[in-house]
Amino acid sequence: MSELTAGKAVAKTTATVAAETATAKKNEWRPISYWPFVIPAMIVVMAVIIFPWVYTIWMSLHEWKVGQAPTFVGFANYLRLPSDARFVESVGHTLVYTTLSVALPLILGTLAAVIFNNKFPLRGFFRGLFILPMMATPVAIALVWTMMFHPQLGVLNYLLSLFGLPPSLWVFHPATAIPSLVLVETWQWTPLVMLIVLGGLSAIPTEPYESAQIDGATPWQTFRYISLPMIMPFLFIAAMIRMIDAVKSFDIIFAITQGGPGSASETINLYLYSVAFVYYDVGYASAIVVVFFALIVALAGALLHLRQRTHWNEAGGSA
Amino acid sequence: MRDFLNKLGLTFAFIVIVSPAVLFFLWMLSLSLKFEIDNASYPPVFIPDRINWGNYAAVIESKRFMTYFFNTLIVTGSATLFALVIGVPAGYGIARMRARKSAIVILIARITPGLSYLIPLFLLFQWLGLLGTLWPQIIIHLVVTVPIVIWIMIGYFETTPMELEESAIIDGATRWQVFRHVALPIARSGIAVAFILSVIFSWNNFVFGIVLAGRETRTLPVAVYNMISFDQLSWGPLAAAALIVTFPVLLLTMFAQRQIVAGLTAGAVK
Repeated sequence: MSELTAGKAVAKTTATVAAETATAKKNEWRPISYWPFVIPAMIVVMAVIIFPWVYTIWMSLHEWKVGQAPTFVGFANYLRLPSDARFVESVGHTLVYTTLSVALPLILGTLAAVIFNNKFPLRGFFRGLFILPMMATPVAIALVWTMMFHPQLGVLNYLLSLFGLPPSLWVFHPATAIPSLVLVETWQWTPLVMLIVLGGLSAIPTEPYESAQIDGATPWQTFRYISLPMIMPFLFIAAMIRMIDAVKSFDIIFAITQGGPGSASETINLYLYSVAFVYYDVGYASAIVVVFFALIVALAGALLHLRQRTHWNEAGGSA
Repeated sequence: MRDFLNKLGLTFAFIVIVSPAVLFFLWMLSLSLKFEIDNASYPPVFIPDRINWGNYAAVIESKRFMTYFFNTLIVTGSATLFALVIGVPAGYGIARMRARKSAIVILIARITPGLSYLIPLFLLFQWLGLLGTLWPQIIIHLVVTVPIVIWIMIGYFETTPMELEESAIIDGATRWQVFRHVALPIARSGIAVAFILSVIFSWNNFVFGIVLAGRETRTLPVAVYNMISFDQLSWGPLAAAALIVTFPVLLLTMFAQRQIVAGLTAGAVK
């Protein structure tokens, strides 16, 4: 279908190029086609995005280790998943990791946005500093966090001791590994939530605030009954983006714990890496990717749905 | 007086919310400038008495640092330029055709984990005999850069006025001339945003490199990661290497924060 359209458009281009000067002279208006602008990108998207999908689905139906010939096994790879304890466990880790990595940045990011919504000298400079964690190279950050987590020499245990708290083993103990990684993820991604919510806050007209002030509302009441309902659509979007990024989080976990200790912080993505590039079991890895895909497509659908609802709300609000 | 207290409270609030970021990077700087004896002392030394520039010298003079640096420049540069060349016209075309629904592919590309692309493309590159060169990394970085550029450009071209383009067409301009001389100049700031974000995300990318890069074709993030496994105990050079890798990005973020904020919130807030 799309190939047909593409072919048509290519033919059109050649024709247009030939006719270009003629059209220019004739000085007539006609609806123009924009396909030639899109086709090069379509080819690249086909090659690096569509092709891998199709190939992955094909591979997921085969028993295939790198270096051997693939044999067709139907859905055997998929049927292996529920009984693979390590996979099931990794799904649980991913859910815990994701839930915490959505909730904490959402709360802290909203708080920061409320502060950033005030006029203040050097606000731009402060905003620049504030977004540094999410722009910095994740591996470089992970390296420094690893040093900070060090049980004996790390600065975090020193900070705990200043508050009279006992030292923690952080990423070096199974029970605290995921919460410690969530700490890094929260530090890194709170700025993104802040930016999105700030976009929402700055779009609110000033009249409701003025009348609230006249009525003697407390700052909390102002936030709860004016700001919060207005930024709700933005919070939904921030939550969805955060969820998608947290589900597929890789760099930080890989560089700090490699899924350890043991498999205490092994998420789906980390397990996928091991299956694909440590065991080279590409057939099984592809089945994991497809299950991951299903999850992601569902999330993308939810995101688009929410976007549409936001547009609808905006339209309703302004009308 | 009340006003003064409000200002004071606000100043305090700003300091509190930026301090996790600022203190982290200052601590990174401190680690990178200390001798091992200061880095291994407890309680930690925050501001050292003597500064050890040797950590930076050790990294920069190390055998392959320059190779890795140029690898990163080549991969990020090529992937970004190519993405701009094909992504800016595509964003224009999609915006003018009002085919925003077709951008679902872009959205899905943005949210799919990088590892999913790696398995099939790794096998393809192996089959093509490209492993061991920089080509696999340049090509796979397009997975990151092309969607960013298209997504941001759709947003920009949707907001630029159509009237100028329509009158140019009535005056007899071809659609390419319209794009080149009318639409592009107006969208310059959008292209800057797309360029900056594309560079940063490509520069920061780690997952593609750990699978596709060999000893000679590593990019800086991968090279730094490899230092961890071999050099567990000398924190000074490690922190110096980490700071060298991320410093260009930090600098770009501070100077172009307005563009970065515009780009990152383009898909979400509009």
